[in-house]
Amino acid sequence: MAQKTKPINEMKLAFPALSVNEGFARTAISSFIGLLDPKMDELIDIKTAVSEAVTNCIVHAYRDFAGNIELSAKAYPDRTVYIKIKDRGCGIEDIGQAMEPLYTSHPEEERTGLGFSVMESFCDDVKVSSKPGSGTTVTLRKKLKTKL
Amino acid sequence: MPVYTEYDGEYTLIAKITGEIDHHSAKWLRADIDTAINDYKPLLLKLDFSGVTFMDSSGVGLVMGRNLGMKEIGGRVELSNMPPYIEKVMSIAGMDKLTGTDFSKGGLNNGTEN
Repeated sequence: MAQKTKPINEMKLAFPALSVNEGFARTAISSFIGLLDPKMDELIDIKTAVSEAVTNCIVHAYRDFAGNIELSAKAYPDRTVYIKIKDRGCGIEDIGQAMEPLYTSHPEEERTGLGFSVMESFCDDVKVSSKPGSGTTVTLRKKLKTKL
Repeated sequence: MPVYTEYDGEYTLIAKITGEIDHHSAKWLRADIDTAINDYKPLLLKLDFSGVTFMDSSGVGLVMGRNLGMKEIGGRVELSNMPPYIEKVMSIAGMDKLTGTDFSKGGLNNGTEN
């Protein structure tokens, strides 16, 4: 998380990759972001992006077993928020391909291949680092508007 | 997150979805809507999003899947009452184009893809 100043707030939690926890992850990130008094549309954007990232962990990273997902977030004085979604699952062979709009490795399950597209259009920046066999970390960055 | 379905006895099946649409809930929503499609074989499936409080790309998959299913039986899908946050997700996939046709005005070909 590349900022030199200290975060004004941070959190970290872990939960198993169960689909019921998609809603839990959204609630958790909403509570954290809510402390910054965001605009409603910004909050929804972040919830949606986190939902996509967590779903990816459940559907792809931990396809065969429900390993742990780590959700952490840091908020900085300039209202920039970094959110990390980390798994120790199967990893991504080809990140470029995985991030292509409409690409999915599981079309039979009505997966649209839009997860990363949603994250990219709802956040200011999306970074993905992954190693096949050891896991994936997605970092979302979004700067919240100042409320006047 | 139940779905309320209503058939007009002629050709329109309205499915009002309530609650949150994500990967977790989509499988139940899919089953409920498909059961109703199978029961009534409607020409128009109108998905009503007025009661949906959250949706990620799983909702786009839900619409795409039902769109395919409706095409197979010669029908089509229309999306209605989408809050802005849902329209935003739909528009990423161009699915927001499935809106806007008022069936009562006789526009079978208005606003849908051909």
